[in-house]
Amino acid sequence: MPTITNTQLKLLEKLCNAIAVSGDEGEVRQIVLEEVKPYADEVKIDALGSVLVTKAGAKRSRSEKRLRVMLDAHMDEVGFMLVADDGDGIFRFEPVGGLDVRQLVGKPVLVGRGKIPGVIGARPIHLTTPEERQKKIPLDQLRIDIGPGGKAKVGERAGFATTFRRVGQSIFSKAIDNRIGCAILIELLKNAPPNIDLCLSFSVQEEIGLRGAKVAAHAFHPDLAIAVDSTPANDLPMHNGSENISYNTKLGLGPAIYTVDVGTLSDPRLVRLLTETGDAEDIPYQFRQPGGGGTDAAAIHKSLAGIPSVSVSVPGRYAHTSTLVCRVDDWKNTLALLQAALGRITPDLLAGKR
Amino acid sequence: MPEFTPFLKSLLAAPGLSGYETPVARLIEAEWRPLVDEISRSRLGSLQALKKGRDGQGDRPSIMIATHMDAIGLMVTQIVDGLLHITEIGGIDARVLPGAPVTVYGTAAGQTEELFGVIVQPPARTLPASLGDGPIGLNYLLVDIGLTHKQALQKVQVGDLVSFAAGPVELAGDVISGHSLDNRVSVAALTVALQELQDKFHAWDVWAVATAQEEETLGGAFTSAFGLHPDLAIAIDVTFAKGPGANDWQTFPLGKGPTLAFGPNIHPFLHKKLKELADRLEIPYAVEVLPRHSGTDTYAMQVAAEGIPTAVIGIPLRYMHTPVEVVAYKDIQRAGRLTAEFIAALEPDFIEKITWDENP
Repeated sequence: MPTITNTQLKLLEKLCNAIAVSGDEGEVRQIVLEEVKPYADEVKIDALGSVLVTKAGAKRSRSEKRLRVMLDAHMDEVGFMLVADDGDGIFRFEPVGGLDVRQLVGKPVLVGRGKIPGVIGARPIHLTTPEERQKKIPLDQLRIDIGPGGKAKVGERAGFATTFRRVGQSIFSKAIDNRIGCAILIELLKNAPPNIDLCLSFSVQEEIGLRGAKVAAHAFHPDLAIAVDSTPANDLPMHNGSENISYNTKLGLGPAIYTVDVGTLSDPRLVRLLTETGDAEDIPYQFRQPGGGGTDAAAIHKSLAGIPSVSVSVPGRYAHTSTLVCRVDDWKNTLALLQAALGRITPDLLAGKR
Repeated sequence: MPEFTPFLKSLLAAPGLSGYETPVARLIEAEWRPLVDEISRSRLGSLQALKKGRDGQGDRPSIMIATHMDAIGLMVTQIVDGLLHITEIGGIDARVLPGAPVTVYGTAAGQTEELFGVIVQPPARTLPASLGDGPIGLNYLLVDIGLTHKQALQKVQVGDLVSFAAGPVELAGDVISGHSLDNRVSVAALTVALQELQDKFHAWDVWAVATAQEEETLGGAFTSAFGLHPDLAIAIDVTFAKGPGANDWQTFPLGKGPTLAFGPNIHPFLHKKLKELADRLEIPYAVEVLPRHSGTDTYAMQVAAEGIPTAVIGIPLRYMHTPVEVVAYKDIQRAGRLTAEFIAALEPDFIEKITWDENP
């Protein structure tokens, strides 16, 4: 059973503190390349910037067929792009990816490759009216302020300045979605099972339309695919004390297996592979409540002539904000479930009934 | 980076919410002790330091310089499923809170334990549908400390304090950004003044006071002004800087000097003297007109005992009462220098020279 080592924690911290707003994933790409190169048969950067890694299984006989299994984790995160220079270190910005404007005010940010510090401030409460405070602060009132005379350029990206922190079982970071998936893929490569050919896609631009995964699937021609991501845990208490029946996932209950989301009907054979693995190996798992949201699987399964796909996510609270929270045990069990499930894949997996 | 920066940063990292100023008061006391003759805490918690005037004999007049040391923050009101409900200490626009890192000072286990947490806006599906995509009020916001309910109850109890936790960062143009710059930058300015006074002759006694409880009741300033009974009093506090979100007419340029407030809360003679002095020293300033309440400790000091002539020196600050307030170092330095020069310029009979300009 895999565990989360200090080395893995350090790597996740490094991945999480890197900034990789969709379309500018370079900082994470460099870390990924460094990590995968010693373990991969082939590593390449595709036309969009995704890192595609292959690692063949062990050849036992000439006639034996191994399935090509694609694992996908997106490298990008939500953030901002500077869109207009108001002068004297003040910039208008727009969100890249699904951000709630109510989550931006009062945040320190880092701008551009040079990680220039800036802040998103707000009108002092003393100068607001009670009526005004009943409305959210609209985006067009917000600016990134890097200080008088500060130098940045329109077109540069900015990300939240939150730094990684671990408190007991909990991890706090801006980019758990989806560096935790990247960390899991790296670990799976290091322990690649011999029974399959592993194809890893560290994909770009998930947050703005699953763009990297779509072309990666095309390049890999896999027999099946598993998207590994972070999914919201909306498991907070209801405001009125009633039972929360639409929690999506809950922290601490293990990896979330997808059946249906807004973009994908998971392949039932792959869902079964995961649940049977969990049951057999005594690894906790949960079903993500069917409903909205989605992963790169939505793009992958419709690629080529169709690729049976499923998603597995680590539950995380407060998705697409400056700080998400997840649990070390959920990370560990997601890694354990995937590693065990990959090891159980046989060439006839997809010959089974749907 | 000015000399006072490490001290200011230590103040910004120290807790000290209104009514609970001791941690920050200790740091200020350590910094001021070598600069003053006497130092003690008042009954309500203000730190009161006396630097004696140098003319030697007899009763010396005294001036009180008030810089409040308390900061806005939050307090735990309830613990549900390991998550903390909170209320405010000081005026906070709840719209700036979601996502803010905080330190919870948990006391349930006896000794205070500092716990990391984040203020969170709960998912829409757990909130009343009527809130829609509007702002989420403080009564719905929670603090997630990453603990289970059982663990949380072992560490945190109702009434525990919560302060903002993001460390200060320096931005371009020699400005600093962070929480609690209101009003720790003024404490730094007063410290600059005390340092400048080390090499200056001053006839008057100086009461440097880091006041308590300004953000809630002005309790520290009311009581220290009564207890110390100074002849004059000046508050150094932050004021609104021009910048995103703020209007243009109630605000002052960042890094272009302190403000000298004018209005019923300020004695016109002191205002005039401060202006003349700033002109003479070529310290840039702006005049800030305040038609009613100055929103500072001066409101309390003016009416202490039989009444005290007062003035307000303002340090322009962007994004007041958010976790990312912004102040220019230069303005702190200038406010401190102006204060020191004003004190040094006070003649022993200054009080007798105060006149009312009754000419139309």
